[in-house]
Amino acid sequence: MDGYAGATLRIMTRTLFEKCWTPHVVADLGGGYALLHVDRSLLHDLSGARGLAELAGRGLKVLSPGLNFAVADHAVSSAPGRTAVSTEISARLVPALQQRAAEAGVRHFDVNDPEQGIVHVIGPELGLTLPGLMITCGDSHTSTHGGLGALAFGIGSTEIAHVLATQCIIQKAPHTMRVRFEGQVPPGVGPKDMILHLIGTIGTAGGDGHAVEYAGPAISMMPVEGRLTICNMSIEFGAKMGQIAPDDTTYEYLAGRRFAPKGAAWDAALAHWRTLPTGDGAGFDREIALDVSRLEPQITWGTSPEHACGITGRVPDPAAAPDASRREAWAAALDYMGLTPGMPLEGLKVDHVFIGSCTNARLSDLRAAAAVVKGRRVAAGTCAWVVPGSQAVKRAAEAEGLDALFRAAGFEWREPGCSQCVAANGERVAPGARAVSTTNRNFVGRQGPRARTHLASPAMAAAAAVTGQITDVRKLGGGT
Amino acid sequence: MIPFTAVSGPAAPLMEENVNTDVIVPAERYITAKRDEFGLHAFGPWRYREDGSENPDFLLNRSPWRGAPILLAGRNFGCGSSREGAVWALNGIGIRAIIAPSFGGIFASNCFQNGTLPVALPAETVEAFAAIARAQPEAPFTVDLGRKVVMPPNGAPVPFEVDELRRQSLLTGLDDIGMTVRRLPEIAAFQAADRLARPWVHDITDGDIP
Repeated sequence: MDGYAGATLRIMTRTLFEKCWTPHVVADLGGGYALLHVDRSLLHDLSGARGLAELAGRGLKVLSPGLNFAVADHAVSSAPGRTAVSTEISARLVPALQQRAAEAGVRHFDVNDPEQGIVHVIGPELGLTLPGLMITCGDSHTSTHGGLGALAFGIGSTEIAHVLATQCIIQKAPHTMRVRFEGQVPPGVGPKDMILHLIGTIGTAGGDGHAVEYAGPAISMMPVEGRLTICNMSIEFGAKMGQIAPDDTTYEYLAGRRFAPKGAAWDAALAHWRTLPTGDGAGFDREIALDVSRLEPQITWGTSPEHACGITGRVPDPAAAPDASRREAWAAALDYMGLTPGMPLEGLKVDHVFIGSCTNARLSDLRAAAAVVKGRRVAAGTCAWVVPGSQAVKRAAEAEGLDALFRAAGFEWREPGCSQCVAANGERVAPGARAVSTTNRNFVGRQGPRARTHLASPAMAAAAAVTGQITDVRKLGGGT
Repeated sequence: MIPFTAVSGPAAPLMEENVNTDVIVPAERYITAKRDEFGLHAFGPWRYREDGSENPDFLLNRSPWRGAPILLAGRNFGCGSSREGAVWALNGIGIRAIIAPSFGGIFASNCFQNGTLPVALPAETVEAFAAIARAQPEAPFTVDLGRKVVMPPNGAPVPFEVDELRRQSLLTGLDDIGMTVRRLPEIAAFQAADRLARPWVHDITDGDIP
């Protein structure tokens, strides 16, 4: 087989993953391992600064500075009026990243740069993320960029130094998995609910060793921002990489973005991107289908993202756990969360609400929350924060008056960064406090020592803020 | 990188499932610690009480498991965040090999960059090892990478699989950077060819600059 017919066959019988992986192979290292070219390396103030320091310590230089981009997000304060040095933690890390990036010739978006934001929010926003690109970042939520059809995954800081020195990464080819979301989600249910439901169904290691492609009607109809939310949480079921095939929705989103190709380069890129979707004749190592047409808004009850259930659900009984180790894990989770078996989740008093993070801090997320908040106030005794994902999200939200709406309702409207999702910047949920968060991890201590985190969508978080308790957003007549 | 050939010593049975890297080292500690101080923060949320004193009930605070070179763990050990500090923290308290049914993918990659061996064995085998470790805490296990076996005390060697590329790298102490810098000419040739095939990847234009 050769020429046009051969090329067509290759397009028809290969997966999106294979079409993204193969063009990046610099060398086959045997045993399934390959040396892969990295098209975009993203650096942040925690691991990126460590990676640059590791490189310098080895006396090595950045091979292709133009393919690397740095931004401060984890350690920065989200307080209004913040600067690079407004807290001790950010003073330690943020100027160091800036200095090392400048020395290495790497583009750096400083704390109050108009493009600053969470690395996984600004990559797509700036058109740095493109279909088919190999992208790495020292952050497990790098899978987010797969929402635009990139092959993106998190790496450690020695691996970051490897990418900086060689613009390549060594990886073993993962197995492939396709998750089809069938049907259309009902009102009040969105991308966050879909991904929490998947994680709750297949478990926190259910995608271990796999690159996942999300497909099906509920994905095809979804705008890009929702796709980013879905891909973001791939790592929460063990998959380093999650992807969605690029389509017209993707191209419309990318056209005209700051660092996206223009003119003839755009045309050439687009022609390539159109060949990327999985062919009808391609096979996966594993396939899963989930019907989302009757899905409820999801909420987590425990200390792992797999501890997810519908809002009308009840706290499970460890005695009913499928095996001994989960029995112990559930019991420990209930103890930590201050819950008892059989109690309804709805109605639990909520002390804190956090709307933010690389999972859910884009404009559509803030709009979904605002639609619920409109005409209501944050309940007495509940503290509620909105931390936009980027300066661009913040500007866009302010342009349509969302900041005023949130502030008038009693929310704090803050500056972009990771903030309370990971509490690396010292912004914590108080010990023992119960929080509803639009973030990705409800781990023990993740939002601060003894903080009790329930993961949910922006609409559900907004519903919790205005009622002061875990609430089914559908009863408030809002949410998407 | 310190090479890994074989380690012997007590094996600590920390059998919880889904132990995540936020528990192995909290993010705030990741910021403030220097690389050689991570051991102080290993398993901080479990190892210390709220007043900062050691939690005497935590396994790794008890003899003979304090400083044990081998950790026996539950399914999906090291899931969650990509922070390499999780491996530095384990190394900082003396752990060089972790035996579990499965590992978080990024954590396992990070182990191989730090002379640390993740050994994947069936859950029943790890449980059996844990039972031995609880019954005879002092009895040494040996993890031998050269022979690809775990030797429990007074038991038959149990073989394990490890990718040859990772095995050679651990045995020689050469991490990925050491291997790849030898290929810089190949990488330059790849980039030159790829720039013609996918120019938009390499020539990034800033739309804000006319």
